Amino acid sequence: MLIRRPAALPASEITDSAIYASRRDFIRTLLLGAGTAGFGLSYGADAGDRTGQSLGSLINSPFSLHDDKPTPFKSMTSYGNFYEFGPDKESPAKHAHRLRTRPWAVTVDGEVKAAKTFAIEDILNWAPLEERIYRMRCVEGWSAVVPWVGFPFSELLKRVEVTGNAKFVEFWSLADPEQMPYIRLPLLDWPYREALRLDEARHPLSIIAVGMYGEVMPKQNGAPLRLVIPWKYGFKGAKSIVRIRFVEKQPETTWIKSSPDEYGFYSNVNPDVPHKRWSQSHERRLGEFLKRKTLPFNGYAEQVAGLYAGMDLRKNF
Amino acid sequence: MSFNPDARQLGLIKIAVFITCLLPFGRLLWAAYSDDFGPNPVEFVQRWTGSWTFNLLLITLCVTPLRTITQWHWLLRLRRMLGLFCFFYASLHFLSFIGFDHAFVLEDIAKDIYKRPFVSAGFAAFILLIPLAATSSNWAIRKLGGRKWQELHRSIYLTGILATIHYFWLVKATALLWPLAYSVVLAVLLGWRIRERRRKAIPVPRFQSAKPLKFFKQKPD
Repeated sequence: MLIRRPAALPASEITDSAIYASRRDFIRTLLLGAGTAGFGLSYGADAGDRTGQSLGSLINSPFSLHDDKPTPFKSMTSYGNFYEFGPDKESPAKHAHRLRTRPWAVTVDGEVKAAKTFAIEDILNWAPLEERIYRMRCVEGWSAVVPWVGFPFSELLKRVEVTGNAKFVEFWSLADPEQMPYIRLPLLDWPYREALRLDEARHPLSIIAVGMYGEVMPKQNGAPLRLVIPWKYGFKGAKSIVRIRFVEKQPETTWIKSSPDEYGFYSNVNPDVPHKRWSQSHERRLGEFLKRKTLPFNGYAEQVAGLYAGMDLRKNF
Repeated sequence: MSFNPDARQLGLIKIAVFITCLLPFGRLLWAAYSDDFGPNPVEFVQRWTGSWTFNLLLITLCVTPLRTITQWHWLLRLRRMLGLFCFFYASLHFLSFIGFDHAFVLEDIAKDIYKRPFVSAGFAAFILLIPLAATSSNWAIRKLGGRKWQELHRSIYLTGILATIHYFWLVKATALLWPLAYSVVLAVLLGWRIRERRRKAIPVPRFQSAKPLKFFKQKPD
């Protein structure tokens, strides 16, 4: 299959730099115009200052976006979903410091000739690390542009012998109540599980990320390693992975078990298929005030649409 | 112990309540001034204004029970201000929705209200608040007449129920704790009112099996 690098964003999609720079002045003027003095209560942003360990020189991937400004590091590390650390967007940044990322091992089992366990130190040496600037779209309607650091998932397939029965690959996140306080609450069916069709996992855009913004993956973003599938909604990217299982039948994932009518197995970014309770036609980039149009497959249609040829994407949402 | 403030004290209390009710708006202004909206500015504005609309709605509904329990009848004099602040934050919440989510495009707004149940519930709650805010003056009470005015303002209970539905439908399954907490408070406040109405209602005795009283002996045939 011919893989082309992602098309540059059309000029119409790029916010004019003058407008972008003045977006906050707009709301500032709007609110201050009301003429009432400010009463300050600090907005908690515990995380965000870059103190991470650098991952050194990285390969610039041809799959990276080049015409879209990455979301500020502080925004990506102080806002996000990681329910093992709490239900609010700010919770992971507050509680993820409890996570111990060393020692760490990933078990690969299921439909493989021999189950194996890999230490994180070995995984980090599997392939040269690449920086991939990808769009990220959350099912809730917000989005970001993130410079992930990682390697293609296919690198794992070179190290395990998958049997002919394997059709799907399942990812299990860590579920340790000692480190993850909210595991004790039945917010979801723990451990968090996500899955892909094997051909989706093999796709060159699918990566195992071990860092972001040139640094080691912050704990609140899924350290020490997580899945990144840029054409799917963010929840498909399992964080803090401890087990990868190859299976024959489509597995039941955490969100499908929680709300089967709201979350589908494929969860491809699709502006034409609304979530049960909100539209997916538009999204809001972190830090921006106005919405922008959501692109089919999050802008990666040229690369991945072929995986779903002949499929009804409304039915297989 | 009953506390009855004089006119001057009541004036000071009103000023204090007014300033307190402005604090959440002040927080928004501070965020605008210091560029401190957090990573998702619109979500922050919408959550903040939505939460304070609901907080003030519940605080407004607390006035009558508090007045009954404490016998502080002057609390009633604060209810109008609290209700109007509730409407003020509801208006900001609605403006942030039509402005930031739909750039004031009427067709998009109408579509969203029609298509999305949680938006429909929120919009209905806001619409119900408008006549309450519009008739909050002494002139409106005189014009409508006390009884009609009271009946109209009872729609605040339905507004509260719709606001709860709006909140429940808005959040993911993992974030039901807050809407649940708000709905419990609302249920307690509405439950108290139902209990009070039942307690105050004078039962009308019914004697279905009673025979007519005989004052005179029956005449012999």
